[in-house]
Amino acid sequence: MPLILEKKQLSADVFRLRVQAPLIAEERKAGQFIILQVNDGFGERIPLTIADADPAEGSITLIFQRVGKTTRLLSELNEGDNIAHLVGPLGKPTHVEKVGHVVVVGGGIGVAPSYPIAQAMKQAGNKLTVIMGARNKDLIIMEDEMRAIADDLIICTDDGSVGRKALVTEPLKELCESAEKPDLVIAIGPPIMMKFCAKTTEPYAVHTLVSLNTIMVDGTGMCGGCRVNVGGEVRFVCVDGPEFDGHKVDFDNMMSRLKSYKEQEHSKSCKLDAAIKAKEAEMAQ
Amino acid sequence: MSHEMTDPETLAANAREKLESIRSREAPLTTRDRRAIERQEMPSQAPEVRRSNMCEVALGLTPEQAQIEAMRCIQCKNQPCVEGCPVRIDIPGFIKQIAEGNFQGAIDIIKQNSLLPAVCGRVCPQEEQCQAVCTVGKMAKDVDKAVSIGRLERFAADWEREQGTFEVPEVKPATGKKVAVIGSGPASITVAADVRREGHQVTVFEAFHRPGGVMIYGIPEFRLPKSIVDLEIQTLTKMGVEIKTDFVVGRTRKLTDLMKKDGYDAVFVGTGAGLPKFMNVEGENLVGVFSANEYLTRSNLMKAYEKELADTPIYPSRKVAVLGGGNVAMDSARTALRLGAQEVHIIYRRTMNEMPARVEEVHHAQEEGVVFDLLQNPVRILGDDHGCVKAIEVQRFELGEPDASGRRSPVPIPGSEFMMEVDTVIVAIGNESNPLIRQTTDGLTVNKRGNIIVDDNCKTSIDGVYAGGDIVLGAATVILAMGEGRRAAAAINEMLASKA
Ligand SMILES: Cc1cc2nc3c(=O)[nH]c(=O)nc-3n(C[C@H](O)[C@H](O)[C@H](O)COP(=O)(O)OP(=O)(O)OC[C@H]3O[C@@H](n4cnc5c(N)ncnc54)[C@H](O)[C@@H]3O)c2cc1C
Ligand SMILES: Cc1cc2nc3c(=O)[nH]c(=O)nc-3n(C[C@H](O)[C@H](O)[C@H](O)COP(=O)(O)OP(=O)(O)OC[C@H]3O[C@@H](n4cnc5c(N)ncnc54)[C@H](O)[C@@H]3O)c2cc1C
Ligand code: SF4
Ligand code: SF4
Ligand code: FES
Repeated sequence: MPLILEKKQLSADVFRLRVQAPLIAEERKAGQFIILQVNDGFGERIPLTIADADPAEGSITLIFQRVGKTTRLLSELNEGDNIAHLVGPLGKPTHVEKVGHVVVVGGGIGVAPSYPIAQAMKQAGNKLTVIMGARNKDLIIMEDEMRAIADDLIICTDDGSVGRKALVTEPLKELCESAEKPDLVIAIGPPIMMKFCAKTTEPYAVHTLVSLNTIMVDGTGMCGGCRVNVGGEVRFVCVDGPEFDGHKVDFDNMMSRLKSYKEQEHSKSCKLDAAIKAKEAEMAQ
Repeated sequence: MSHEMTDPETLAANAREKLESIRSREAPLTTRDRRAIERQEMPSQAPEVRRSNMCEVALGLTPEQAQIEAMRCIQCKNQPCVEGCPVRIDIPGFIKQIAEGNFQGAIDIIKQNSLLPAVCGRVCPQEEQCQAVCTVGKMAKDVDKAVSIGRLERFAADWEREQGTFEVPEVKPATGKKVAVIGSGPASITVAADVRREGHQVTVFEAFHRPGGVMIYGIPEFRLPKSIVDLEIQTLTKMGVEIKTDFVVGRTRKLTDLMKKDGYDAVFVGTGAGLPKFMNVEGENLVGVFSANEYLTRSNLMKAYEKELADTPIYPSRKVAVLGGGNVAMDSARTALRLGAQEVHIIYRRTMNEMPARVEEVHHAQEEGVVFDLLQNPVRILGDDHGCVKAIEVQRFELGEPDASGRRSPVPIPGSEFMMEVDTVIVAIGNESNPLIRQTTDGLTVNKRGNIIVDDNCKTSIDGVYAGGDIVLGAATVILAMGEGRRAAAAINEMLASKA
């Protein structure tokens, strides 16, 4: 059972874990993810991107946002605890090559999965521009890490509390119109953001990759739960992706599929909330 | 068939009486007497009860029933049934032991050829294999009157398990050689046991968090209790087989690296046929359309049927259409009922006669109220404004003129399309082979369907690498997977013995 070596809270709902996983650390490449299960009996399997890895130490780094029951349970684990199951690295690695100017757009928690890709693109000799977006200042994560590798870093917030008061698509559009038109854009974040990034670059014919975060079960191509429509064809995100040509993805279908279990997940989360509140009340007594 | 006939108490009482009367006879049973004995019905949960629980449907013959059923066997000299069994179990031999009340003797005979009798006794398509050619059935011109070989096999295996006297097979002294087994379905379990017995070190690598393959994630609890599969896995562990779950060969480690970097002397690939086929009809990506694999995995492996406890959700369905006519379709339909669906339809293009599912499963599904829409085929799936399934358009078929093979194949009736309102569609039209291993293993030869090509010894195009089960055969059966496992293990053992 993989051991948690370090835990750090990055913002109100975002956590970073360094987890022991020597084989995965050795084999993983940028763009790949793992699937974990917090507890053995009735736990759910959830995918998380490998944000970083240290093969010498035999560890990988996961950065996740607390959004529902399983990420909540994960956020309650501490250093020295074990995660019941962790399997990977899954998915196809990012195709990394020198193309010229690469723009990486990370929205919200999407900054975490975009980091290893940005890093690999920089190492391959590309000029790297990073655009990071979040609702406000407190939700910006990994600014220092990104600043260390990017030739240019543009931060946008919805409320202007830091960086530009804009959506990430604004600077992206400007870049597409500029003399430094990107040769490749990689957009990772909420589906709606990826959809509009792809829409932004399409008129300029700038190749745009998006990393899809569909619901998954096995992560090995066995269930088809992660399927998406890409250019009219059915593709499985866990084995054919997670990266696809953003100009070809049917985002509307993907977004409706993501909501398949919304009610059930909501009720699970509420029950957990109630249980935690009850426990806190008990401990306060 | 009414359930009175399968009510356990009545069946047990009748059997006790019958056995008494046979025992009190002076003369031994003649063939004629044996043929006059009626086939023993399987005690089962009543349909209206079982359709709302996940427990096993067929409860197993009582010892008296088993003995009577065994007496129906006329011990044919030419043993056609043995030929009908893919692993050549000495069927008359073990049945004779049961008839004589020597249940231990029976299971000992079965185990010489089969490693998974409790499983095969339950899930083998017996009516197409051993029982299809049974003389008793032939004489009655009714395969349903054949000796219930599968049920007797199950009885012997269950009896042994219940005694708790089960012995862990002996393992020869360590040879220092290492074998990697990829996957943990019936093919892999068999290889692991047979290779380990020779004293080689064996590691099983399984992608999922729980070993057992389709027997765990696909076939539902109500047909094959998971405790039975777990026991087989425990036996492996007790023999000293190491099982590494959460390990995807090809990703966590490449197959060739297992040999090059980790020093395995041989590898067996038993990764199954886990790639769901879809129909490629309009609307297949709508919310509420699932592959049977996903639906069954959520329910079985992730235990979603324990709605209060499990974190993995399952779609709340009211009216379900299941597409397909095999075991996978039956399992999906019956699972949907048990999860609370009010109405479940099986939509199948041909007729009952061509259904590839086991006869018993079709029968059980009918008893439970699954509706069979035969000679029908989906045209498209329609969604509502939220992208969720609201209906399926279906076209009717009729049987056309016999083709070259003499089979009348279904042809669509033009203009016969109609709409059926459903909120869930489960696609159960089969599985192809998972491409992960072949994509990540240089030099591994596969056929055009992606199945690994092997020789008579289950050896692949790479030295030291063997394969068997569904990854070689395409979606097949547990017993065939096991049979291949035996063959592969023998070849691996021989190969390792020849290497000093
Ligand atoms: C390849 C891949 C890589 C991912 N990498 C990361 C990562 O590095 N960090 C991270 O925080 N998250 C990542 N995700 C998303 C993460 O898997 C989900 O947030 C997680 O499954 C939610 O589980 P939960 O039980 O906490 O929430 P749930 O109770 O399941 O869901 C809570 C809410 O989140 C939505 N949701 C459910 N599943 C997803 C999903 N897959 N993506 C987006 N929203 C979802 C639901 O609609 C619901 O509104 C990734 C997803 C994929 C497919
Ligand atoms: C729903 C359903 C019902 C069925 N009903 C019957 C029945 O009634 N009777 C019958 O005889 N047959 C039935 N079958 C078919 C039968 O289950 C299969 O033929 C049999 O299980 C095949 O065995 P196998 O050993 O080849 O592989 P599987 O049982 O498919 O096991 C393969 C295992 O390998 C693992 N794996 C795959 N890739 C990797 C990898 N890269 N690394 C590590 N592990 C990997 C998988 O997770 C899986 O656990 C049914 C199948 C299904 C799906
Ligand atoms: S293993 Fe299957 S085919 Fe062979 S005897 Fe048993 S039930 Fe019949
Ligand atoms: S064919 Fe039937 S009757 Fe004959 S030996 Fe086999 S099981 Fe017995
Ligand atoms: S998660 Fe099951 S096929 Fe992709």
